[in-house]
Amino acid sequence: MKKIVLLLLALGAASLSMAAGDSFVNEKAHNNIRSTDSLRRGAKTYMNYCMGCHSMDYQRYNRVAKDLGLTEDEMMASLVLTDAKYTDKMEIVMTPEQSKTWFGIAVPDLTVIAKARGVDWLFSYLVNFYQDEKQANGWNNLTLPNASMPHVLWEMQGIQKAHFETETDAEGNEHTVFKNFEQVTEGSMSQEEYRNTVRDLVNFLDYSSEPAKLIRMAYAPWVLLFVSLFTFLAYMLKVNYFRDVH
Amino acid sequence: MGTEATSQKGFMGWLNKRLPVTQFYKDHLSEYYAPKNFNFWYFFGSLALLVLVNQILTGIWLTMHYKPDAGQAFGMVEYIMRDVPWGWLIRYLHTTGASAFFVVVYFHMFRGLLYGSYKNPRELVWVFGMIIYLALMAEAFMGYVLPWGNMSYWGAKVITQLFGAVPFVGDALVEWVRGDYLISDATLNRFFALHVVALPLAIVALVVLHIAALHTVGSNNPEGVDIKKHKDENGKPLDGIPFHPYYTVKDIFGVGCFLLVFLFIVFVKPDFGGLFLEHDNYVPANPAVTPALIKPVWYFTPFYAMLRAVPDLQLGALVMLLAIVVLFFLPWIDRSPVKSIRYRRWPYKVALGGFALSFIALGWLGMQAATETYKLMAQLFTVYYFGYFIWLFFYSGNEKYHEVPERIEH
Repeated sequence: MKKIVLLLLALGAASLSMAAGDSFVNEKAHNNIRSTDSLRRGAKTYMNYCMGCHSMDYQRYNRVAKDLGLTEDEMMASLVLTDAKYTDKMEIVMTPEQSKTWFGIAVPDLTVIAKARGVDWLFSYLVNFYQDEKQANGWNNLTLPNASMPHVLWEMQGIQKAHFETETDAEGNEHTVFKNFEQVTEGSMSQEEYRNTVRDLVNFLDYSSEPAKLIRMAYAPWVLLFVSLFTFLAYMLKVNYFRDVH
Repeated sequence: MGTEATSQKGFMGWLNKRLPVTQFYKDHLSEYYAPKNFNFWYFFGSLALLVLVNQILTGIWLTMHYKPDAGQAFGMVEYIMRDVPWGWLIRYLHTTGASAFFVVVYFHMFRGLLYGSYKNPRELVWVFGMIIYLALMAEAFMGYVLPWGNMSYWGAKVITQLFGAVPFVGDALVEWVRGDYLISDATLNRFFALHVVALPLAIVALVVLHIAALHTVGSNNPEGVDIKKHKDENGKPLDGIPFHPYYTVKDIFGVGCFLLVFLFIVFVKPDFGGLFLEHDNYVPANPAVTPALIKPVWYFTPFYAMLRAVPDLQLGALVMLLAIVVLFFLPWIDRSPVKSIRYRRWPYKVALGGFALSFIALGWLGMQAATETYKLMAQLFTVYYFGYFIWLFFYSGNEKYHEVPERIEH
């Protein structure tokens, strides 16, 4: 019984913390996984900036090459930055134990992160970093408050500060509400360019979460057309048979 | 007559002397007389059979590429999705099939409620159906644990914890079910065994009994009249037509319509917006991180809402159990001699409509975070759910109804 009570408490606490920390997803990704160019750019950003810490343990280099229309040589030259082989999985050297010691958390594998979080969440997360001296690494994030990850793409986006306001609701409770960002340091890209880079990166993550999406979406119209024809013929057959049922 | 002659000669003759194949074919297909007025609602029985076959076939192929190992299970699913040729299709047919199974079974059960198919002489058909439904719930729950995502883990934890509500032996029972103090590799292994061997065997055997019991007494129909009362000079029901070819042909059309929706989901929206494949299950099982909102897959949420609606867990588990148990007794709760809703009066129609709505509402509430308002709503709908059966018992005892025709007229 005690265990049950504890479990119920845990469930209650979990739903409360959910209510308190609802994700701030204020942007739409608007990515298109059919765009091979975008996927290639996204893959490049991923390999250069993300894969130092984030593995893609379930994804293989050769599959990425095939789906992105790259030859083995092109893939190995431009996107494989470690001494991995072409058919290897996109693993990293750092172990979860090491990352726990160094960053305080086990850095998550990102193969299926787009399925878990959704593309809009990822896009919002990557554009919502701001400078925060109170944090150990100097960064905070609107979408995932107190995130352990520093703003790895800051050189591109530049540094922004967040302004908050205190609002009082009808019941007299005070809430801190995000007002706007202020650009403190310019990045190497314009805001538009940065958002496109993030969009490509999110697109690559979306693709990685389910490479089969490219295949199934291509098959879908033909499968449904075939079944429609089948159903039409089945209907004609049924009507014919039931002619003598009164 | 032609079949008669060939069934005695040649290979068929040889076979029939040893195994009554032709007689079986006649009894269950070519000379099984079904009412001529089956409508839309009568597609779902054959569709449930189709989905069962789909689950078994895709399940066999998934088993070829999966290992029930807590360290590997999550990766095995991704391996199937990426490295196994057509693995993604096999898996999506299976995951979509699981939800489709409950969709068709819920429609199939509601058809029973609409036309009184559970009533004398079909009580056993209904009871076997209910046991199938229970076995299907166990099958679906254990299958859901196999991908070893975080929702698999926490769902398994919450559901197995319910056994703790059993008085005296609760804690020991939980441990026995899990095979460990926690949800672990041992749990995953036994759930795999039950999911791929024990429960499918039980379900197939139960389906055979369900159909055997049905074919013994014959099918009901939307009018709820007995077609065996009026037969021609050859002893064939006047309002009946042979199942084959009439209903095989009609069911093939039903299969086509079903596949259009089913394959659209498989190819275009296999996650179904997080309803068929939940977002939190794309995070590997992690005993240290609780998902923000623990909830079962949609087909269990009506019962989950009832569980949460009751403040005491032990009582909540009992309410949830009773919600299913009460359905077993429906043939004896509904005492009205009239089967079809077509010949029952408005109070029954309104009450049954309300019952269906309360079930859907509970299903929706079971997916939401439990706020006070939602909890109150769940309590109200739970009361309605049980109230319906109590009301029905008394109402149907002395019910006024419209005159039921002797034969099927349209």
